[in-house]
Amino acid sequence: MEITLNWYLSLSAVLFVIGVLGVLMRRNAIVILMSVELMLNAVNLTLVALSQAMGDVAGQILVFFVMAVAAAEAAIGLAIIIALFRKKVTVDVNEFHLFKY
Amino acid sequence: MDAALLVQLILLLPLAGAVFNGILPLFLPALRTREPLIGAVATAVVAIPFVLVLILFLGYEPGQPVIVDFFPWIVAGDLEVHFAYRIDELSLVMGLIVTGVGALIHLYAVGYMHGDSGFWRFFAYLNLFIFAMLNLVLGDNMVVLFLGWEGVGVCSYLLIGFWYTNLKNSAAANKAFIVNRIGDFAFLVAMFLLFRELGGLDFTTITEGGGAIPEATLNWIVLLLFIGATGKSAQIPLFVWLPDAMAGPTPVSALIHAATMVTSGLYLLARLSPVVLAAPDIMVVIAVVAALTAIMAASIAIAQNDIKKVLAYSTVSQLGYMFMAAGVGAFFVAIFHVMTHAFFKACLFLGSGSVIHAMHHVEHEVEHKTGKHIDPQDMRTMGGLKKYMPATSRTYFIAMLAIAGIPPLAGFFSKDEILFKAFEYGYDGHAYAWFVWIVGLLTAVLTAFYMARSYYLTFEGEERWPLADQVHPHESPWTMTVPLWVLAGLSVVGGFLGLPGVIAHGEWNLIHHWLGEPYGGPVAEPVLAPHGEGFLAIEWGLILLGAGIAFAGWLFARAKYRTDGLAYDAHLRAKLGGLYRAWEGKYYWDELYDRLVVRPLMRFSERGLAAFDRYVVDGAVNGVAALTAGISRGLRYMQTGIVQNYALAIVFGALLVISLILFA
Amino acid sequence: MDLTNIYASLPADLVATFSMVLVALVALALVVWDAFRNNAPGIPWAGVVALGVAIVWELFALGDAPGTAWYGMVRTGGFAAFVNIVVLIGALLSIILSVPYLREIRHAHGEVYAIILFATVGMMLLGTANNLVAVFVGLETMSISLYILTGLVREDEGATESALKYFLLGAFSTGFFLYGIALLYGATGTMDLARMSEGLAAGENLVMFWAGVGLLLVGFLFKVSAAPFHMWTPDVYQGAPTTLTAYMSTATKAATFASLILVLYAALPPERWTMVLAVIAVLTMVVGNVLAIAQQNVKRMLAYSSIAHAGYVLVGLAAGTPAGYAGALFYLLVYSIMNIGAFGVMALLEWDGKEGQTQTLNSLAGIGPRKPLLGATMVVFMFALVGFPPLGGFWGKVAVFAPAVEAGLTWLVIVGVLASAVSAYYYLRVLYVFWMRSPEDEPEAAAVQDRVFAVPVTSAAVLIVCVVLLLYFGVRPGGILETTASFFAGPGASMALLP
Repeated sequence: MEITLNWYLSLSAVLFVIGVLGVLMRRNAIVILMSVELMLNAVNLTLVALSQAMGDVAGQILVFFVMAVAAAEAAIGLAIIIALFRKKVTVDVNEFHLFKY
Repeated sequence: MDAALLVQLILLLPLAGAVFNGILPLFLPALRTREPLIGAVATAVVAIPFVLVLILFLGYEPGQPVIVDFFPWIVAGDLEVHFAYRIDELSLVMGLIVTGVGALIHLYAVGYMHGDSGFWRFFAYLNLFIFAMLNLVLGDNMVVLFLGWEGVGVCSYLLIGFWYTNLKNSAAANKAFIVNRIGDFAFLVAMFLLFRELGGLDFTTITEGGGAIPEATLNWIVLLLFIGATGKSAQIPLFVWLPDAMAGPTPVSALIHAATMVTSGLYLLARLSPVVLAAPDIMVVIAVVAALTAIMAASIAIAQNDIKKVLAYSTVSQLGYMFMAAGVGAFFVAIFHVMTHAFFKACLFLGSGSVIHAMHHVEHEVEHKTGKHIDPQDMRTMGGLKKYMPATSRTYFIAMLAIAGIPPLAGFFSKDEILFKAFEYGYDGHAYAWFVWIVGLLTAVLTAFYMARSYYLTFEGEERWPLADQVHPHESPWTMTVPLWVLAGLSVVGGFLGLPGVIAHGEWNLIHHWLGEPYGGPVAEPVLAPHGEGFLAIEWGLILLGAGIAFAGWLFARAKYRTDGLAYDAHLRAKLGGLYRAWEGKYYWDELYDRLVVRPLMRFSERGLAAFDRYVVDGAVNGVAALTAGISRGLRYMQTGIVQNYALAIVFGALLVISLILFA
Repeated sequence: MDLTNIYASLPADLVATFSMVLVALVALALVVWDAFRNNAPGIPWAGVVALGVAIVWELFALGDAPGTAWYGMVRTGGFAAFVNIVVLIGALLSIILSVPYLREIRHAHGEVYAIILFATVGMMLLGTANNLVAVFVGLETMSISLYILTGLVREDEGATESALKYFLLGAFSTGFFLYGIALLYGATGTMDLARMSEGLAAGENLVMFWAGVGLLLVGFLFKVSAAPFHMWTPDVYQGAPTTLTAYMSTATKAATFASLILVLYAALPPERWTMVLAVIAVLTMVVGNVLAIAQQNVKRMLAYSSIAHAGYVLVGLAAGTPAGYAGALFYLLVYSIMNIGAFGVMALLEWDGKEGQTQTLNSLAGIGPRKPLLGATMVVFMFALVGFPPLGGFWGKVAVFAPAVEAGLTWLVIVGVLASAVSAYYYLRVLYVFWMRSPEDEPEAAAVQDRVFAVPVTSAAVLIVCVVLLLYFGVRPGGILETTASFFAGPGASMALLP
């Protein structure tokens, strides 16, 4: 059986949905951050596959940018989570609801 | 100097003055009591524009209007309205009156308002009024004019209710505002119709294209414009606000409710005179309404005892004269009368203000000594003031003779010209003009009579206030008397700008040559058949008749009121009975409106509408408000504060967006 | 592509994007400066100078014909200049307001200003990007900087919570946005906005294309806080330092909307997305205005108000006509000025020592007469936000509503007008409390108002500039509207960009 473009696209769609569900369901802020990374990497897979299939390099260039951005986001995100952990001694996102209504 | 720069300065200086006097003291409370500074700034920002208008006036090439177009203001579809101003014969005359008389009244008010805690606020409003009024008379299209029209209305409202702690003043301000709204609504509809018919609202388009509008529409437009004018210029049936507007400080009455704002309706008709002339049927309406207004207000003035009320009804009556002129097609004469009226009526009002100023002092003394309260505006407690107030009494006397029409003072020429034009138009075959002429003559007698009455009751005869031997009024300070003398001087010479046709065949009628269309001016006039031989003799006869009437009215009043005025009032009341009571009751207009409009509305709303209102309208309004607030309170709980719920909303939103796009 | 001489266009590109390059270089320089002279007081003013120079530079570029730089990555010309000016003015005014404010809340770090400049660079790139790669990079540069600014007061639990919410949801929406880019890329074979419709015509992947458009819209709508992607906005605006909220709520929206306009106008055929934008606009206007009514905290109320204003801009976009886009650009300019003014006033009226997170509107009863400058300028800002003539806000609403009527979306405009009628209630309530109540009416007000700090001259100047600009926009909207309309007047549908 030949591995066509659709296989890659389907796999990355599944990965993306897993990432979305992770964001929606997990309580731990760090795991949510990891789920977001999963979403980004799912898109990376899509981009690389499309780039390969179309013989166009632009998709792969974007992947590098996405990786750089993901790294920056992780740095900022972890810093924020640490700052919050120092105050509340928890990383459960359901505990953070000072602002509402 | 560049015309655009001059116009900019003319407009922006009063505005800057309003900002300086109105906004800075908000932040710098120390400035509020710096009366000399505030007064000087306020007066200068009106006096300098007067000089600038004068420069424009002197440099003006007759027949070549200058349009200063600053920038496009509203551009929406076909509608293109520019912030543009028009310098021509008419706007220059009006600009001179507004800034010239305005500057004098500002100076006067510095003395009059001395010590008032709202001194700064007063001058801020007054400067703002001048700014709005200049927009009204200088604007080159209906929208800028309307901006000024509404602006002067707002300032008038603010100034009538200036002493707003007294409920009566607030009520008067509200009345003025509401009555004017009716006129403004008509004005707006007329504007929309003009735009629909012509596709433009600048005066060149309107005056050139106005004649081509279908007759029925044109009649509506002119009628609506006239209704707009009846509101602002206090004609039947919308004049009722003006007498109440006397609740404002007296300089306001002089500036806004005598010299400038109330004449804006006349200005509007003169500006659009080619359009008005094309609707002769409506001119009949204008002339008849104006004649009735004139004689009605003049007769009411006879029976008034409040000095400002006399002047207020006199203003309504004189405005009636001006509209009579407009109704017989003599727009330039109307503007001539606007000008002379600005001089003598401002002088009279300022004189009355000076008297009230003095009587306030008397009132305080009397109250202090006896505990009795007197009304400082009631002529019945005045009398003999001539001895104490030489400048006020002399200027008031001159202005009184001017408005009465005693030759060769200003009022004689302008009023005589109006009567002559009415006569001439009737002679030309327009029967209604005869009616106007006769009513005008009757009004002239009444005017001379009631104005002389007000002079003699106030300044001559015995001193009628309590403790007259101990308490004496004083003459006002120079800031108040100087404007009086200037205005009195103008009331003497102002008429020579419009010498009648019998002198040098009308060649010396400067105002006609300046404004009239036959000489290249903007104010149109009807074409009349040439007069036959012997008309000159008729003209001389009319002049003598006018002068004789004025003298008769004056001398009769002098004989009756000079020594013992109140006795003759009592005699009149006894002799005339119901008629006099009708005058005293101001023909019961207020009661009429109360019965016909206010109370039925109230009753309808109390009985019929109340239930509907309580259960349906209130229910709906309160229901909607409560519902919105309830929804608001309910919906905010969707905002749980939990980040994952927000993420879920994003997912649902994404699904919504994608499904809308894919399945649209 | 000829790889032997890839630097040939470098000088021209540097000139074409001078302002962006300048701001980026100055931002880097400020980081270095702060490293050697920690929190040097000159740092914000160096940033102000750079932004000022950039604004002047862009003013001269307003009349330029559209073009591209950096190998088609970035747009140049009038549209780009206008967007950059709005963003730069927002940054400039916010920095000046921030200097005394951050000193007062004891967070006047030099890095803050460098980060503001980095965010500004991101916005400029986003607002002028002509390629989806550049859009993504600009969006992320902006967002990451804003996450940091939100959580600036890291000792404060509220600020950090705001930052976490903003960050998690921002990153989450970025995932959707990126997926949208990938799908569009797959459907059209290009990332270049100007070539996208061309590529679509060649390919047959319509479902992929429209799904991509939908996901891309999610990303954009999140950033402009359109409902139902708005929920982060009140929480973040309430927790962030007030002057930085002013920056976030204005420049971000301007840049994101500009990018959205470019994408819609240059790349996408309009038939499908007008309905989506109309529906979202209705939701946004209703949610923003209705929820604002129940708010007691002014910052939170202004957050809902900024949601509502995003809705008005969306009305102009939903029209899908050049007039609608031009109106939206004008609206963004006016909105930036009035919103910065309103937040600027609130920044100067803080007394709770917690960036205004906890103070209620009622605690400011009668503050108008006590702080006349703030009270008086607030009158102008509130009336402008309501949309009263003759202030700029009125013409802004006209500029977005009129094209929508012309495009046949009368029902949408009716909803918009009703929604803005509701808005009068909560805006004018601020003025009512400021001017017509007295501190004695409110038990808490009398005790706390003395803690409000004095008005610095620089902040006063910013507020007065905002007032003057709003009056100017109100009296002379014509020239600016003509300028924005000229950006879309080129031949063809793609802003005369394709060679």
